[in-house]
Amino acid sequence: MLNPKLKLNNKLFKPDVETAPTRAGFGSGLLSLGETNPNVVALSADLTESTQAHKFAEKFPERFFQTGIGEQNMAAIAAGLGVTGKVAFISSYATFSPGKNWETIRTTCVYNEANVKIAGHHSGIMTGPDGATHQATEDIAITRCWPKMHIYVPCDSIESHKATIASADISTPVYIRYSRDKTPIITTEETPFTVGKMQDFWITDNPQVTIFATGYLLYYAIVAAKELEEEGFPVLVVNVSTIKPLDEDAIIRFTGHTGAVVTVEDHQVDGGMGSAIAEFLAKTNPLPMEFVGLQNTFAESGAWQDILKKYNMDVPAIKKAVKKVIKRKGI
Amino acid sequence: MTENSMLTDLYEDKLKELEKKAEKARELLIPTLLEAGSGHSAGPLDMADVFTAFYFHILNHDPKNPDWEDRDRLILSNGHICPIRYVSMAMAGYFPIEELKTLRKINSRLQGHPHRTALPGLETTSGPLGEGLSQAIGIALAAQIDKKKYYTYVITGDGELNEGNIWEAAMFAGKNKINNLIMVIDRNNIQIDGFTEDVMPLEPLREKFEAFNWHVLECDAHNIKQFVDMVNEAHAIYEKPTVIIAHAIAGKGVEFMEKDFHWHGKPPDKAQAKEALKELRTLGGKIRSEHE
Repeated sequence: MLNPKLKLNNKLFKPDVETAPTRAGFGSGLLSLGETNPNVVALSADLTESTQAHKFAEKFPERFFQTGIGEQNMAAIAAGLGVTGKVAFISSYATFSPGKNWETIRTTCVYNEANVKIAGHHSGIMTGPDGATHQATEDIAITRCWPKMHIYVPCDSIESHKATIASADISTPVYIRYSRDKTPIITTEETPFTVGKMQDFWITDNPQVTIFATGYLLYYAIVAAKELEEEGFPVLVVNVSTIKPLDEDAIIRFTGHTGAVVTVEDHQVDGGMGSAIAEFLAKTNPLPMEFVGLQNTFAESGAWQDILKKYNMDVPAIKKAVKKVIKRKGI
Repeated sequence: MTENSMLTDLYEDKLKELEKKAEKARELLIPTLLEAGSGHSAGPLDMADVFTAFYFHILNHDPKNPDWEDRDRLILSNGHICPIRYVSMAMAGYFPIEELKTLRKINSRLQGHPHRTALPGLETTSGPLGEGLSQAIGIALAAQIDKKKYYTYVITGDGELNEGNIWEAAMFAGKNKINNLIMVIDRNNIQIDGFTEDVMPLEPLREKFEAFNWHVLECDAHNIKQFVDMVNEAHAIYEKPTVIIAHAIAGKGVEFMEKDFHWHGKPPDKAQAKEALKELRTLGGKIRSEHE
């Protein structure tokens, strides 16, 4: 069942569940920060409306900078602002920022410890019809390897709003990963959100497997958990809203009594959230693990739901991974 | 400390003092490069006069209070020439001259390429080329938002103008008429693989920046008086960002290094360092410019 302590959306399994894109939470969060923190500035590389930065830009034009289609310039200007007392948010599609401008961010923001927040939009395969050129499926891997980074991947628009606001309290670079299309709203305003903390969204008696899910695919993991429970396979589902710093205590706590793990992410399995958890468990308590995500392949054009199905990242794929890992527990 | 905007006049005796300091900087540079055992020679030597002018005349700064919020910002984009910045900073009192011996060694604050959080007085982390102009723009924008009067200066190499990021930044500064920003190009005509005009021609450089809506000034990088005059002129330009193309002789001051791109990325050995110092000491406070 949904963890009652977390005050999650009780309409989650209803056909009329509210939906919104996580990028909407960036737009509202940034606007809210603009009102409360005069040092917050924002930059956009010709994608102001689709990244939802336009709400801030319209209200605070003196604190908004349009860099045109130049993601390296955007990142390094933000670094200059970030070392001069500003909290600089840069937003673009994740394939371009932190993709195209990776080294610029590495040197001028991360190593330089500049107060820059990198909003990576249209992440994962959700840019569907645009094709794999615009599907950012490596961004977690390429930011996770940077020392002292914070990486947040909100599961819905409400958590996205909270994560955006929370990022401004960190004085060093934060990468926040947003997605484009509407997905079910899992949390409520009352659901607690703390940077660096994982939470067990779906709980059960005697779970056999722990599913760690990040981003909007958390909803799919919860649906899979509900169906699995009805089929006699109780599982725990954990929301990994912060990938770095990794909530190591929570990983120990949530896997101690299950002894098997499935990770779910809209990302390459190489270097992503699943890898982060596997690296930690390998050092502490190695467990059988299955990884749901893109498996050594780019995706392709198509409706994103069709891509999830074809590339084994949907509810049946998650259930299959759970059943597979349960079998491996006995070996 | 001087007031911002127009710099104080550079009288004959002050000019002589600066020229002597530039020579002293070169003399400190040679053993620093020798001790480090790796690094770059040509760029640091040819920017000795410009750095001296900045640290001892142009910059409104306080070495004892490097985080002073109203200080002028000097950004070094081509981070590999940092030995001359370190030498100038040590001479200005940011840290003991003795510390120059630690350059590029373990546990040193003097990283092989400058790292902002390692040493007070550095404004950015730099080395990967093409990123300094954008960072300087960010700092200049912050000054505008905060209604601060300090200037942001950025020194770039000429080879690094090959980087696309420079032209993204040049477009942005031109569009936004960032007039509290002054760019100085170390136009020494060399880069690692050879002469700039062979590797990737930059000319007509003046016209390129003018086309990007910049005010362009040119000067002799080894004529301190002329350089200071150009900075003064740049302060008077309100409608555009200004770039000073500072024409430099690569390796200036050590004849066997001058204009030879092989000295871009290596330090002198013991015998070469001895020869270089001998040459520098016979110059007697005069770096004669071939542009004069």
